[in-house]
Parts: sequence; C-alpha cells; structure tokens
Amino acid sequence: MKRLFAWATLIFGMGYFILPLVGLTEFSLSMRRGEYSFDAYAAVLADPRFRETFSYSVVMALLTIVFGVLLVVPTAYWVRLKLPGLRPYVEFVTLLPLVIPAIVIVFGYIRLYNTSSWLPLTGSLTGTNLLLMFGYATLSLPYMYRAVDTGLRTIDVATLTEAAQSLGAGWVTILARVIMPNVLVAVLSGAFVTFAIVIGEFTLAALLNRPAFGPYLQLMGANRAYEPMALAVIAFGITWACMGLIQLVTRFSKHTKAAR
Amino acid sequence: MTALPAAPPRRRLPLNWLGIVPFAAFALLFLILPTMNIVLGAFRNAAGEMTFDNVRGLFTPSILASYWISIKISVASSLLGCVIGFAMAAAVVLGGLPKWIRSPVLTFSGVASNFAGVPLAFAFMATIGPRGLLTLWLMDQFGINLRAEGFTILSFWGLTITYVFFQIPLMILIITPALDGLKREWKEAANILGATTPQYWRMVALPILFPSLLGTFALLFANAFGAVATAYALTGSSLSIVPILLFAQIRGDVLQDPHLGYALAFGMIVVTGIANGIYIWLRVRSERWLK
Amino acid sequence: MAFLDIEHLEKSYGATKVVKDFNLAVDKGEFVSFLGPSGCGKTTTLRMVAGFETPSVGAIRIDGRDMARLRPNQRNIGMVFQAYALFPNLTVAQNVAFGLKVAGESRKVIDERVAEMLETIGLPDLGNRYPFQLSGGQQQRVALARALAVRPQVLLLDEPLSALDAKIRVSLRGEIRAIQKKLGITTIYVTHDQEEALSMSDRIVVMHQGIADQVGTPFEIYNRPRTRFVANFVGTLTLLEAEVLDPASGHVSIGGVEATLGRRLPKGAVTLAVRPEMVSLGPAPGRETEVTGRIVDVDFLGSVIRLRAQIGQSVLAFDTFNSSDAPPPKVGAMVTLSLAARDLLLIGE
Repeated sequence: MKRLFAWATLIFGMGYFILPLVGLTEFSLSMRRGEYSFDAYAAVLADPRFRETFSYSVVMALLTIVFGVLLVVPTAYWVRLKLPGLRPYVEFVTLLPLVIPAIVIVFGYIRLYNTSSWLPLTGSLTGTNLLLMFGYATLSLPYMYRAVDTGLRTIDVATLTEAAQSLGAGWVTILARVIMPNVLVAVLSGAFVTFAIVIGEFTLAALLNRPAFGPYLQLMGANRAYEPMALAVIAFGITWACMGLIQLVTRFSKHTKAAR
Repeated sequence: MTALPAAPPRRRLPLNWLGIVPFAAFALLFLILPTMNIVLGAFRNAAGEMTFDNVRGLFTPSILASYWISIKISVASSLLGCVIGFAMAAAVVLGGLPKWIRSPVLTFSGVASNFAGVPLAFAFMATIGPRGLLTLWLMDQFGINLRAEGFTILSFWGLTITYVFFQIPLMILIITPALDGLKREWKEAANILGATTPQYWRMVALPILFPSLLGTFALLFANAFGAVATAYALTGSSLSIVPILLFAQIRGDVLQDPHLGYALAFGMIVVTGIANGIYIWLRVRSERWLK
Repeated sequence: MAFLDIEHLEKSYGATKVVKDFNLAVDKGEFVSFLGPSGCGKTTTLRMVAGFETPSVGAIRIDGRDMARLRPNQRNIGMVFQAYALFPNLTVAQNVAFGLKVAGESRKVIDERVAEMLETIGLPDLGNRYPFQLSGGQQQRVALARALAVRPQVLLLDEPLSALDAKIRVSLRGEIRAIQKKLGITTIYVTHDQEEALSMSDRIVVMHQGIADQVGTPFEIYNRPRTRFVANFVGTLTLLEAEVLDPASGHVSIGGVEATLGRRLPKGAVTLAVRPEMVSLGPAPGRETEVTGRIVDVDFLGSVIRLRAQIGQSVLAFDTFNSSDAPPPKVGAMVTLSLAARDLLLIGE
C-alpha cells in the first residue's frame, strides 16, 4: 500500500520531468514535415553564430571556474584554519546570490561600473568581459563555496597544514600541493555546476550585451521554430553531461578512498 | 630548577585577517556595493538628492499588479514545488522503494534544477505551447482545446507550471538529506508508545522537518521571484512580471524615469528580503530545541 | 502459563536464519537478559516481541494473548533504545507525556503521571528542558520514564547503557533494576555486557548464532556453563585438556598432575575449565590439588591482580587480592598454586 503510493508519486513526478523533454526532443526532430529528421540540428550546427556564441560561453565558463577556484579554495581553507569565527558571516555572504535576484545584481554593475564611474569596466570590451566573468563567479559562488567547504570538512585541515609546515612548505605549496588535491573532487563538482550555470545564462549576458549562448538561444527562439528546440536539446545534453561528470568524479574518488 | 627568563612580550600584528581580503574585496565589489548602489539609488533623484518619489512611483496600479502577479507565481510555484518535491523525496527515502532508485533520482534532480532559463522555456513551449506535444495530443485524443479552455503558456498558470519544473528538483535536493536525518528509532519509539503513523508525522517528523521545509520554501520563492530568462523567452515582454519589467527598464525600452528602475529593483530586494526575514523569524521560533 | 511466552520463534532473511527455534517463558515481574555478542540474534528477537519484525515461524503471547496480528502501537509494550531516541523537538515533559497524549488521556492525568515519572527517575525539575540540554545518562532516564509512563505490560530495553560512560553505566543499571523491582514490571534486557547481565537479571539467556545456548540464573550461567561458548563468553576461564583415568570417580590427569573431581566423567579426553578466582597462590585450606608453574604475566588491575602461570602445556590464569605489604610475584618466578578439584568445570561442545 505504502509502496504503491510511493511508486505512484515517483512516476507522476518523473512524468513531470520527462514529458517536457520528450516534447522538446520531438519538436526538434520535426522540422521536415511528416517525418523525423535532424534538419534542425544541421541548421543550427551550420550557423556560424552558434559556434561563436557557444565557444564564447565555454571560454567564459572556463575562466569563471578558474577564477572561482582561485578565490574560493584559499578563502574557505583560510576561514576554516584561522578564522573559524568568521565562518557564519562568510557563509551568509556566499548564500546572498541565491536571495538577491541576478537581475538586481547586474543592474547594480551597470550603474556602478559605467563609463563615467571610478572603475569604468563597461567602457571597454575586455572590461565588460571581465565584469561578466565576475558576475558569473558571483552567481556560482553559493555552489562553489558549499562544495569546497564540504570537501574541506572531510579532511583535517589543521593537521595537514601543520604536517606540511613542519616539512618546510610555504603557503602556496600547502594550498597547491596539499589542500587542492584533497578537495579536488569537491572543486570539480563545484566546477561542473558552474559550467552548467554559465553555459546557458541569459540575464547577465543580455544586459551586459555580450554575445553569449543564452541570448543567442533567446534570439533564435523569438525568430525560428525548430532550431531553438534543437539548441535546447543540446543545452540539456550539456547540463546532463556536467551532472553525470560530477557523479562519475565522486564515484571514482570513493574508489580511491576505499583503496587507501 | 632555575626559573626561565621571562620572555619579552612579543606583540605580533594579527595578520590572519589578510587571508580573507581577496574574498571580502570581491564580495564587496561585485555583490554588496552593486546592491547597495541600487538601494541608495532608489532614494535619490537625478540630482542626487534624497527623495521618496521613486518608491512612491511604484504605487501605480500597473506596477503593483506586476508585483502581485510575480508574488503569486512565486508562491504558487514554490508551494507546488515543495509539496510535489517533498512527496517524491519521501517516496524515495521512506517509501520502501528499491535502493538503486535513489541515485538516479538525485542525479536527475541535479540536472533538472540546473536546466532552467531559456532552454526550459523552449521545452515547455514544445509541450504545452500552441503546437506543443501535449496540447496536440489532448486535442486529438479528447478534443480538448487548451486555448479555448482559456489556457495559454503566457499566463499565471503557464509560468507557474514551467517554474515548477526547476522547483521540484531543487526541493528534492535540499529535503532529501533532511529526510535522511529522521532517525528510524523516532518512528519506532512513537509507534511503541501507541502512536499511529499520521500521529508520528504530525507530532514528531513534521515539527523536526519544519525549519528545513521553511528554508527551502524561502529559497524556492527567491528563485522564482528573480527568474528572468524563462519568462522572457516564453513571453517576451507580454506578461509583465517584475523581473521582466526591470529587464525592459534596464534595456531602456519602457519606462521613462530611469530612477524608477532603482525603485523596481529595490522592491525586488524588499520582497525577497521579507520572505527570508519571515523564514529566519519562524526558524528561530521553531528551533528552540536545536543547539 | 507464563506471562510472556515465546515459542519456537524463528526469523530468516532470505536464506539466513538469524534466530533459530527460540523458546522462553518469562514470569510476571521477572527481569530476563538476552546476552550475546553482536549479530547473535538477541536484538532481532527483542524487535519481534516489540512488533518491528515479523517472525518467520513461532508465536509470541503476552498474558495469554497472541501478538501476531497486533501492530507495535497496539501491543502496550514499553521500549528503551540504545541511542535514547528521545524526540528532539519536544521537552522532557512532552516526551514523557507522548504516549499518554496519543492515548487521549486528559490534561490532568497526563500532568500528574509525568510529574510522578520524573520523580521516579530522579529528574523532577528538568521537565522543561530539551533533550539536547541533557547528559546521555539523563536522556536515557527520560527515555525510561517515557516508556514506563503508559504503564506497559512488558518493558524492553535494547542495550540502553552501551552509549554511556563506564561510571554512569554502573550507577544507572542499579537505578533501572531498582525501578523495575519497584514497579514489578516484566522486563527483557538486551546486552552484550556480561557484567550488566549478571548483576541485573533474574535470569539470563545466553545467545549465540541465533540459538539460545543456555537459560539460567546468573549463578547457574557463571558456575555451570553448559556449552563451551557460554563458558568462554561469560567470565574468564582457563581451559585445560585432560585425560580421564577413571570415569566413575572422575579421576583425571591434567598434563601429568592428577586430580579427582568426584563426579562421573565421560571416557577419554575432556576439556576442563577453571575460573581465576578458584585458584590460590600457595596452599589454601580446602584446595587440595597443588601444581607448580612459572609466572608468565602479571596484570595489576587495582584491588585484584591477575596472574598467568605456565603449567605444563597450559597457561593457568589466577587472581590474588592486592595487599600493600606483599607485592605480587615477578615474571619468571616459580610458584605453587592450589585449587579444589570439584571447582573444575567440564566443558561440553
């Protein structure tokens, strides 16, 4: 009885997830009238703007990940090691992007870093790209910080540090050679979530006027019928791949831990 | 034994805080200052003087209506997300389903909760849009014309149903660990003391879960309230929920007064702020039993 | 007919039988312990009595009533869990009141009963605390009060002391026993700690691989272990391989030393055992069999000193009391030990 109810709930919920994906896939395949075809995909892949915007977003995602790791790992490590009293506050700050809508944050960027401000980031192309990257880092901050902090919790940061110090290691060495390898799995899962967020992000890129994949998707959606569906399937595939990689990485790490 | 010579009191400058500087600088520059800028801007006029005119400007019927529909959609989608997500998580954790089912459900939730924005809008367009799979199927099989029934995807229910897609998995991801935290002994202890399963849920399990449920609800609310991409891709500017209005305002399409944009954004902060304030207040009240 | 009757109880998970043909009759007001190592089936048996597990075979009757069709919440049983299992969201008083509230008792009855129970466990002033504000020992006492508040027919305790510190464990087991005696409640107590079982129980069931090896009073279990497992598990024993020279009089040779047990013994080789406290250092009145050996090990335990001496092929453990002016023999010293042949136990398989 209980199990029947549980199955029913699960099947209903899964239906909610799967139906739109089926609808999406079906639509993306029906460009040619009367039969299924990959025409929409072919059209999309042939579009130079797809390649441009997509590679732009991939590069932005990678940059964001590098920046995010460099910012979050030392901070989370340092807070755990030396400033445990600050942890609640740091955690609070990292959770703010979940509460303050992205559109508000980017609005603030536009006002704060406009051409006539003290830091005219939006005045140059590089500046705007940089600002967009910082924005992405802000959006992914809750996920990245949480992942890394959880990873740090499983290792004894203080003992590892002292051991490394007693062997003569400096801070950079400790972080790069001791801490990083131990939280690599956590960092990677944070990185994949970041990738998934950045790759399809729309609001920031659109308002900062950068040629990213998200705004391109939206533009296609407004002008075409089948191509955007194909693009969405591709985007979904990427998200799925990112989450799959997180699973794979965690599972792989479990094996290495068991072998230790 | 001779007494050790007293060491001269060496005062070392506390340099530990230096390690937090990069993060603090980043948070200040790209999170806190931009937000403060908006908040202050909401109370300034073009000449930089203090004023309440911008905020007062929000109290027009059309803008109030925007806030109202935004809040309605956010509350409805969060509620639905919470209820369905909770039911699914409970089914997986407590429903006696086979163990292997848990991992795929959680992975899928991870994917679905991140599958928001523009692609999600397309997926629902392809399903319950005018030429969507489900729309056509209902038409063919049952002769139900969704549009004639008054349903369009560019509506309160259309957006709510779409948002629920990422709300459910988010709920599952957050509430599953909380459900795992319910000890089997609590249920057994309640049972052996004569309680039925509903009594156990009412008197023990739900009160224990309440803070997590509440926190998730607040998070889902903020998540829906600030969502721009999905709505924009679905509706363009035709359904004027607040984030869309602000989006258009920033793009310089609609409103004449630039400072009204500040006020709109400020209003969004206030709404999500209030939602989280209620959450924190209720949490403090309900968590007296926690350390 | 006994108050609590367990007949031919069995439990299998798939092909593994974790409880095999378990029979027990418990009298009203009796305190019975299930003693055994982890995985011996003692907890599973207890959980079948509580109704959390369904027996594969067999019957459980309380006061003549068959429990098979009753769910846990219909059995009127009190249970105390190893990890306390207090409801964290309820105060101490609310925890104790839980069962009464569920039973629909009036506010007045509940308040009186809760006050009475808190008095019984010696925590009358802690009613408004939350579980996290209590020590482990206090939490377990509250759990006991909660279980007893509904006046159950039977009280089940599942290793209630194993999460606590050694000192509290000792004092709390005295308290539990005192409360049990005062209320006269029929009790089953699961533990892997022999000291607990020996000190608290009216009777002990020693369990091993799903089987009840021996059921008896603490005195019987300790002094007349029926199986090798019981002998090894309860207390310390030195096992001695012996050759029976005369079965009728129980005359044996233990590595060359001859002794007469005065009991009939089977023919051939047997395993005998002796408790450390039955062996004296030097001659002792009434302990006529004397052996010599070399001390191989000295453990100073405080009031008691446990020594081990090599005698022929065997190592014999024995105890002496601490005495401030007579230090124990050193390792390597040759000593004479004496024991009474009738104290030698015959160990069956």
